[in-house]
Amino acid sequence: MNNNRNVWIFIEQEEGEIADVGLELLAKGGELAHTLGSQVWALLLGHQVEPLAESVIHHGADRVLVADHPELALYRTLPYSRVIIDQVQAHQPYIFLIGATPVGRDLAPRVASAVQVGLTADCTDMQIGDYLLRKEKREYKDLLYQIRPAFGGNIIATIVNPKTRPQMATVREGVMQSNQPDPERSGEIEVLEPVFESSDFALQVMSREVQEPTVKLKDAPVIVAGGGGVSSNNESRLIEELAHVLGGEVGASRAAVDAGFFSHEHQIGQTGVTVRPRLYIAAGISGAIQHSSGMDQSNKIISINTDPDAPISKIAHYKIIGDLAEVLPLLIRALREKAI
Amino acid sequence: MTYNSIVLVKQVPDTRNVTGDVMSKKGTMNRSALPAIFNPEDMNALEMALQVRERYGGQITVVTMGPLKAVDILRDALYRGVDQVILLSDRKFAGADTQATAYTLKSAIEKIGDLDLIFCGRQAIDGDTAQVGPQIAEKLGLPQITYTESVVSVDGDEIVAKRAFDLGSEVVKCKLPCLLTVTGSANRLRPASAHKRIEYKLSAIPSEYSDLLEKWPEFETEAALDAYLSERDLKITVWTAADLDVDEENLGLSGSPTQVYKVNYVVLESTESKEIPPTDEGIRALVQELVQEYVVG
Repeated sequence: MNNNRNVWIFIEQEEGEIADVGLELLAKGGELAHTLGSQVWALLLGHQVEPLAESVIHHGADRVLVADHPELALYRTLPYSRVIIDQVQAHQPYIFLIGATPVGRDLAPRVASAVQVGLTADCTDMQIGDYLLRKEKREYKDLLYQIRPAFGGNIIATIVNPKTRPQMATVREGVMQSNQPDPERSGEIEVLEPVFESSDFALQVMSREVQEPTVKLKDAPVIVAGGGGVSSNNESRLIEELAHVLGGEVGASRAAVDAGFFSHEHQIGQTGVTVRPRLYIAAGISGAIQHSSGMDQSNKIISINTDPDAPISKIAHYKIIGDLAEVLPLLIRALREKAI
Repeated sequence: MTYNSIVLVKQVPDTRNVTGDVMSKKGTMNRSALPAIFNPEDMNALEMALQVRERYGGQITVVTMGPLKAVDILRDALYRGVDQVILLSDRKFAGADTQATAYTLKSAIEKIGDLDLIFCGRQAIDGDTAQVGPQIAEKLGLPQITYTESVVSVDGDEIVAKRAFDLGSEVVKCKLPCLLTVTGSANRLRPASAHKRIEYKLSAIPSEYSDLLEKWPEFETEAALDAYLSERDLKITVWTAADLDVDEENLGLSGSPTQVYKVNYVVLESTESKEIPPTDEGIRALVQELVQEYVVG
């Protein structure tokens, strides 16, 4: 086993466009590598993706391993895992991070199982630290603390892999921030020659549809979100109207999505999107951890709720105790008049 | 042509509705206050297997790994019409992370043998990892179809299935045998059949015999009950580590590369919040403050 402490990042791309989470991980990987005194390596797979390698370097990679092959044009589990498993076995990185997207969650367990290492899902934070394994009375230095919510978000667990390398984790989209690209940054690009076996092609993609996201919650500066307190279409329209007046997006808690007032694309929280807008207005949202873990980093939070003791009031900067059906029209009017 | 399926299911604490009774003010959790349920997406996996059997025929075997009380979800599966159920239960399996869990389930699948399709839920609500399915597929050397929304057709040695994610969908064709993980929006599990409920009312594992003898005193001894149940195919199979071809080092806690370093209970930190009266003046003053602080422009 070699002793490198390099941090590897899987760069997911779709039709030549790099997924945000890969760039977020390059930034986080850079911090971890800095602490460890090591390098960030990126894995870029696809067809005609070599031109993206420069951008990956500008975002923080020291070295990019590029596998450019027609069989890699669309993501498929077996050809992708073949290339990655071969590279992991050849170089034995110290840490390997993959975005917790549908692709990452399909790929990472396959790789971890093949190289027989531990894997932690859906991390929301990572740090470097020591771990005392009591049974062995041995301290493991500089491990990756893999931090993630568990039990429906009611606990935060810190997981370590003391013995297996790489230390693998999938990481939630949107919780880390990417670096501004630095065009002066330099790095190495290594082009791989993938070797496949016929069994790697057991699955064929017959057709594929990708929808443009109609709701862009992640980058919205203002979000107005409805929760279980929304009880009519009239009220959900008030939320949409307020979002429109503020030039923001509409969000929702799971309760409001399950009740049919908003589509799943609007859902914020553990089973939805993580956001950190400049202003978050929570209308009729109680603020259970399942929701608040996805928005508690917002710059300013306004809560509108009939219950003064709802958990949301603990994280809200402003709380308005009242019925959203009455409060929202007042807010809309005050904002409209301000604009004149 | 018929197709044999294995459905992997898990009994989980219902983490979706954690209420005040479960979480104390200090943020500690009383796990026993959470009801144990059939993992929701495993129900979708089971329904998908039942639909494939309706179309093409074949046998369905449902397998779970867990404590003895997990037999409850196996009985539930029998009420919905599966052919065979197996409980994997042994203290040696306990404390397993996804890697050790996948190893144990893979060994059980190899023992069952003859199979075309393996169905699992996309993920379990107690951990939300979605890892065990793909890890089993890798250990068996089989292809996987994750996020399965529907089975379009099974023909010869190939399945055509639709996968769905937030921002798209895909139709794939895959060689059998293969493993599918099924999403919560795929279907809705049929209700238990009244007939099956009666048929399998007595189905049990040996550790339940003493309770059953109290309810049915006509069986005088556990041996008599065992003979009765075995004869009628009502004795639910339990496999321990000794029944599987496994390296014990790879089971449970010792076979788990990940370790929990610490657990923090989530207590929301209080922010100083300013109460705004729900009146026209109150709201106008708030808007003015937000404008002054450049929160709204």
